Amino acid sequence: MSADFLYGIEVVLNGLMAGVMYALVALGFVLIFKASGIFNFAQGVMALFAALTLVGIMEGQVPFAHIINATFGTELHHFGWEVPAILAITCTVGVMILFAWAVQRFLFRHLVGQEPIILFMATIGLAYFLEGMGDLMWGSDIKTLALGLPQGGSRWIEDATAGLGGDDFYGFFIDKLDMVATVVAIVLVAGLIAFSQYTKHGRAMRAVADDHQAALSVGISLNFIWILVWSLAGFVALVAGIMWGAKSGVQFSLSLIALKALPVLMLGGFTSIPGAIVGGLIIGVGEKLFEYLVGPMVGGATENWFAYVLALLFLVFRPQGLFGEKIIERV
Amino acid sequence: MLYREAGDYKTSYTADSQTFPIAFDRYRYWVVLAVSFLVIPFFITDYLVNALFMPFLIYAIAAIGLNILTGYAGQVSLGTGGFMAVGAYACYKLMTAFPDVNILIHVVLAGGITALVGTAFGLPSLRIKGFYLAVATLAAQFFLVWLFNKVAWFYNYSASGQISAPERMVFGVAVTGPNTPAWASYLVCLVFVTISALIARNLTRGALGRQWMATRDMDIAAEIIGVNPLKAKLTAFAVSSFFVGISGALFFAVYLGAVEVGEVFGINKSFLVLFMIIIGGLGSIFGAFAGAAFLVTLPVFLKLIGVDLFGWPTDLVAHLQLVIVGFLIMFFLVKEPHGLAQLWRLAKEKLRLWPFPH
Amino acid sequence: MKDNGESFVTEDGRTIGEVMLDLRDITLRFGGVEAIKSISFDIREGEIRAIIGPNGAGKSSMLNVISGFYIPQDGEVWFHGKKRAPLKPYQVARQGIARTFQNIALFEGMTVLDNIMTGRLNYTKSGLLAQAIWKGKAEREETENREKVERVIDFLEIQAIRKTPVGRLPYGLKKRVELARALAAEPKLLLLDEPMAGMNVEEKEDMSRFILDVNDEFGTTIALIEHDMGVVMDLSDRVVVMDYGKKIGDGTPDEVRNNQAVIDAYLGVAHED
Repeated sequence: MSADFLYGIEVVLNGLMAGVMYALVALGFVLIFKASGIFNFAQGVMALFAALTLVGIMEGQVPFAHIINATFGTELHHFGWEVPAILAITCTVGVMILFAWAVQRFLFRHLVGQEPIILFMATIGLAYFLEGMGDLMWGSDIKTLALGLPQGGSRWIEDATAGLGGDDFYGFFIDKLDMVATVVAIVLVAGLIAFSQYTKHGRAMRAVADDHQAALSVGISLNFIWILVWSLAGFVALVAGIMWGAKSGVQFSLSLIALKALPVLMLGGFTSIPGAIVGGLIIGVGEKLFEYLVGPMVGGATENWFAYVLALLFLVFRPQGLFGEKIIERV
Repeated sequence: MLYREAGDYKTSYTADSQTFPIAFDRYRYWVVLAVSFLVIPFFITDYLVNALFMPFLIYAIAAIGLNILTGYAGQVSLGTGGFMAVGAYACYKLMTAFPDVNILIHVVLAGGITALVGTAFGLPSLRIKGFYLAVATLAAQFFLVWLFNKVAWFYNYSASGQISAPERMVFGVAVTGPNTPAWASYLVCLVFVTISALIARNLTRGALGRQWMATRDMDIAAEIIGVNPLKAKLTAFAVSSFFVGISGALFFAVYLGAVEVGEVFGINKSFLVLFMIIIGGLGSIFGAFAGAAFLVTLPVFLKLIGVDLFGWPTDLVAHLQLVIVGFLIMFFLVKEPHGLAQLWRLAKEKLRLWPFPH
Repeated sequence: MKDNGESFVTEDGRTIGEVMLDLRDITLRFGGVEAIKSISFDIREGEIRAIIGPNGAGKSSMLNVISGFYIPQDGEVWFHGKKRAPLKPYQVARQGIARTFQNIALFEGMTVLDNIMTGRLNYTKSGLLAQAIWKGKAEREETENREKVERVIDFLEIQAIRKTPVGRLPYGLKKRVELARALAAEPKLLLLDEPMAGMNVEEKEDMSRFILDVNDEFGTTIALIEHDMGVVMDLSDRVVVMDYGKKIGDGTPDEVRNNQAVIDAYLGVAHED
């Protein structure tokens, strides 16, 4: 096999794994959208906030140290202890649950029955609020997430595949972290599906997704379910934040992965978990392949827009997405 | 007691559909115009122009544009930054290609070019609705910024990748470039704002505005009573992009003078203008002004309080600003979805009936 | 009643003109479901034509076919003696067909006046530039349209709520504003989808009077869907009865009243005047 072709395959493999990461973020969107019809633009910032909080707790940072110091002239920064990863993750999950409750209590409870586009804009406001909050609490410098996840290319795969091509081919370069992320994503999806299929709250969640009124009439608390899905989305955000944070540091750009998840959702449909995954894979592979094949001709960095243009063109021909049903309009 | 409609009878339908049906409003409008044109230019300083007046006026044009698309026609766009970039780069290319033509004409032409580009990106709106469309407009945002970054022709192959505005005169006074007096750049922006607001007002109170609003409120019913959705949506995109393009051209040529596209016209600009119309009021020309004024003065105000008074570092104030803006967006959507304009309207309604509200 | 002549006289002594709208073998499917099964009937100039039938009979779908919102899979629509190509709804509106909706479809964010003014959109000739300048052509046109609209407002007696946002109006008034919007278009054919649903007796009487007046004074042809049998029998010149997407009766109110199939399917249970 020629080296070019094999490198093409490597691009596809890496694209698939990037796609898993996109799908991970998209999953958080789908959870909330299914249960409440809210298109949560803040999902990416939630990932950033969760990762910041995790790092902050692990390193024993003093929250709001910056603003306290500026106001009172103190020199606070760290408590001087370090928190083990497991405990810190548990605390962060707690913070995300608290966040879910607050969002429900102070924002969306007052917006029940509003048009979807108003809810969408409210989540843009939420994204700004949370981003500023994360910066105020933990500072805006780039942080490294020291969870001990494996990093760098896998020598083993590289050596094992080097023989496939000729002298120009040195084997597939595959990031170990990406592989971990893929496994985690698969476990997470399996867990979520098991949760929604086999637990009482999971079934209630699906009931709400199907029909609010009917769910209410059989005694399901909408408020509880919404807090639940926001908490789950917060958990998914934490996982995504850990994976992306370990990869490129915990910093503002992390929140931008949410923007990447949007075209994934447009392809896969907003209500379908398999759609989010397939959409993520298509976008991941598509943008990597496009950059590999066409990028050099047009100056590169096509990943910035390729996903959106692909989703846009796709939607023009199939407005309901890959897995959505055909829309019959009524008056 | 001055502010009322009792006694101010309308004897024709023309009088009834005028912009300010209440006499007092009309007088105030003329006073505001007179002060803006005849008084402020004599007292204006470089600091005031750069920190407050120019950003306010230019953003007001962009907000008017986006409000036509989003507030009146109901099509949410997250591509405002990209379209402002089109206006800026179109203006730059025109300025450098035809140096002898008046800069004001270039700005208008830049608006026209942006209108064409905006219409092209508006085409999917015929098939895609709601936030699907909002996401689709992100395609415009990212693609356009990338395009201006990568294709050297747009920035005349300059080494820095930036575009910078050469000096251009209007009536013998520089309006672009480093030698521009404060009052000149102020007046240029003011003229464009005034005309934009007038045009926007005329379009939105007439037949076209009704087509837009009907499409916004119930697109299917609108089509059945005779609104051509293609025409309604595409004109909204065109008119909106026209204004946004003008504001982008002014932002580059008159305000900043030099622009790096990703920095100035990134996704955050799209959000900023969207926030302006949410806070100011969707579907209101006055709201575009109110929102622009609010979000332009807020950072200046916070800086005054935070940095100068409390001695906080600037990055802290910037983070605080994010929190405050985010909070305000949520607050307005919860409490007053029609924004500052509605608060203003309610105040006027109370005043109109004062002191006998029943 | 026989409909082979050019025009004829109904049982009330009203003269009805030639065929305006002719629906021939209309079939409409949604996926596998046949909402309308090969239905034919006509609407004649100047008449009030009722379409009745139980819920889910396909009445609203029929109106949607007429107004171009649904394109039938089979069948032809003839309008003013010409076969109509599949048109977009707004093109149908331009041919002079206006309508109201079962679930009120007003533009909630606009005032009553602006809502009714949308009915005049098809009469607007001035372009984008003229409207941007406003003074001159656009303003003149606006004033002309406003005069027409004010006449409709007077006619329907809703002067007092002109400047009220539609969202604040009670149900009955909304229905009236919707009728006003349709009338402002000066339609040749007016389609009313349950104009009296959810109204009390008094409101129904008002609405009936308006419908008759529109028909009388403007000579507008009207096709309406209504559940209140008393109203239907009083108002309409001819009635089409639908059940499960099929036509089971067609004729004057008396003929329909005595049609066995109709009685079985629909009227037999409750109706007695």
